[in-house]
Amino acid sequence: MDFNDTPSEAAYRAKARAWLDANAERKTAKKDSLPALSLTEALERARTWQRTKAEGGFACITWPKEYGGQGGSSLDNVVYSQEESNYLVPGGFYAIGLGMCLPTVLAWGTDAHKERYVAPAVRGDEIWCQLFSEPAGGSDVAGLRTRAEKDGDEWVINGQKVWTSGAHYCDYGIVVVRTDPNVPKHKGLTMFIIDMKAPGVEVRPIKQMSGESEFNEVFFTDVRIPDSDRLGEPGQGWKVALTTLMNERLAVGGGGGADWEELLGLAQEAEMEQTLATANSAVRERIADWYVQTQGLKYTRFRTLTALSKGQTPGPESSISKIVSATKMQELGSFAMDLQGQHGIVRDREISPNAAVFQNQWMGGAGYRIAGGTDEILRNIVAERVLGMPQDIRVDKDKPFSEMPAGK
Amino acid sequence: MNFDFSDDQKMLKEQVNKFLTDKCGMDVARRILDGDEPYAKEVWQGLVDMGLMGIAIPEEFGGLGLGALELCVVAEELGRVAAPVPFSTSVYIATEAMKLAGTDEQKKTWLPKLAAGEVIGTLAMSEGPQAAGPRSVEVSFSGGKLNGTKIPVPDGSAADFAIVLANTGGKGDKALSFVLVDLTAKGVTREDVKTIDPTRPHATISFDNVDAELMGEEGNGWAYTQEVFDAAAVWMAFEQIGGTEASMWMARDYALERYAFGRLIGSYQAIKHKIADMYVKLELARSNAYFGAMMLNDKGAELPQAAAAARISATEAYRYAAQENVQVHGGIGYTWEADTQFFYRRSKLLALALGSSIEWKDKLVARLEARNAA
Repeated sequence: MDFNDTPSEAAYRAKARAWLDANAERKTAKKDSLPALSLTEALERARTWQRTKAEGGFACITWPKEYGGQGGSSLDNVVYSQEESNYLVPGGFYAIGLGMCLPTVLAWGTDAHKERYVAPAVRGDEIWCQLFSEPAGGSDVAGLRTRAEKDGDEWVINGQKVWTSGAHYCDYGIVVVRTDPNVPKHKGLTMFIIDMKAPGVEVRPIKQMSGESEFNEVFFTDVRIPDSDRLGEPGQGWKVALTTLMNERLAVGGGGGADWEELLGLAQEAEMEQTLATANSAVRERIADWYVQTQGLKYTRFRTLTALSKGQTPGPESSISKIVSATKMQELGSFAMDLQGQHGIVRDREISPNAAVFQNQWMGGAGYRIAGGTDEILRNIVAERVLGMPQDIRVDKDKPFSEMPAGK
Repeated sequence: MNFDFSDDQKMLKEQVNKFLTDKCGMDVARRILDGDEPYAKEVWQGLVDMGLMGIAIPEEFGGLGLGALELCVVAEELGRVAAPVPFSTSVYIATEAMKLAGTDEQKKTWLPKLAAGEVIGTLAMSEGPQAAGPRSVEVSFSGGKLNGTKIPVPDGSAADFAIVLANTGGKGDKALSFVLVDLTAKGVTREDVKTIDPTRPHATISFDNVDAELMGEEGNGWAYTQEVFDAAAVWMAFEQIGGTEASMWMARDYALERYAFGRLIGSYQAIKHKIADMYVKLELARSNAYFGAMMLNDKGAELPQAAAAARISATEAYRYAAQENVQVHGGIGYTWEADTQFFYRRSKLLALALGSSIEWKDKLVARLEARNAA
């Protein structure tokens, strides 16, 4: 039992490190993030880095070579990501496209789709978004109502999507819509590739509870999509969407924010009425609990990597990650605010401890528990797929979608 | 990355699983619960035949001289069947204490017998309803004589010798020493005490001017205890994981056969989410225990934190799984006939065996503070 690389992992790591040394700046204690830029400048910086990676042979490592990937293993990919995390490189803009959308195109697209779309995405020339959630379809995505009607060689789309990250700067998206309301809900869906610059597509930012705007609403008014941009058969959209959602569980990583270490640091400086906060047993207990959770998740990832390293399919244990980390993010933020006394209400990076990270993660955690599968949906998934328990009784499974009550 | 047990270790696990499934079903735990036997001797003998008591004992003392990892896989299987045998007491604790603090003479006397399963050792620590430690232990050792009362002592009636945490008059943490005593000696009286888990008996042991001998350095008893407990916490975490997993599947299986309101109770989210939470806690515990195992085996610098994390995590997982397993079963789960009780009892017994989570969490944060200061 050890954490050592196999010889081939070590060789790949050395290669990745050498390339990163030549092409990026290593993080230091003083400088561990890139400077903030305007959206346009940040996009350009990310685009340049993606192109550099593609040219250097480190973009989309697991994808087939013929479409611009490297034909590498999942473990190569992990090793590269581990190394890359030590360098100052831009991230974010490509995660959804390359993490979720293009894998769906690779799985369901025609040869023509793959030739047209995959390589430009790998090079960073085109950015993608995912258009699934709707006001009427959140956890129950298949309850979506955006409709598409066939008109000759084209489909005409009308409706609305919501929670679309990056829609305002994306070139393409994958969109799942209802093409047949007269069959049960899962059977009437179809997936398309959509040009986000097409006439009739309108993007409006959503202002979140946190005050930030990281997502959008996207409205479609008579948007025309050629039938040739369909992914899978008409009516097969749910199956196609599942491919994307499986990748989502891999792509949605940690929610970020502070952890037990920052909390301990805060407690070591916080005076309470009688004692320093670290002498308070309630404080100590919470620090211990979150330490144990964080370590548990870390070593769960190591178990998954071990399976990959041995060429096995990882077990279902990785499914616990978001269930644990989202609540931890929210509650740890809240508890650290408690330690700050009334000053805990101050959310100002200039004067709040740790640049207001605790206030921010208390806010953000409320969203992270919902995004990419709510706590409740994730528990259903564990119960059904890991523990073999039955699905809930579905009253909407066999009835035509058009006959289902809609509610608000 | 090779964060897993080896094929040989997995094979050993399989072997132990096969033996216990065959010879140590719930009927055996029930026989001990309902009867007067101190433990299931035929199961103990079977474990002896497989050489398991001596796994981590050096070959020069008659053991197999293997590392800590083999004992982890055995522990998990013992936990899975809530085995009614004094394995944790004698192997994870007494044997380790002997290896750590025993003189050559003491080791030569006891380790070969421990390895052969001919004797059972125990560690006598607690004296009353509070956490035992340098400030509370009153059993005293001076002039070669041991005096006072320990309660509860794990497997106190079945054990052949005890390592007694006794006051030897030093200051502060140096107040305590390990004292080795033959439990058949004159002046020892033992009586079983009524506990929450009769499948793992405990006793009151009184010492009245009993001849005994120092084990290890005088004044080092508390430090030894911490070191022994760090190792035992890892092995016991695996035992707790075995019990957690058994409880989880028992709850799942029942949820797949019991109907209420016209449908399987396993189709209700209130039940599904409960069992999903058992799984989440189980996997966190398993991952923490793996790291504890690795640190224990490598004698790694992070063992103190890793052992505490393994213990806290596994204690929480077993607590939740065992108590909610009863809940999923409903009324039938609260009857004497149901097997849910074995895990409910055992989960709390193990949670307290090396000190409660209150103590371990406090200890963990102290260790993290020390690390941050360094």
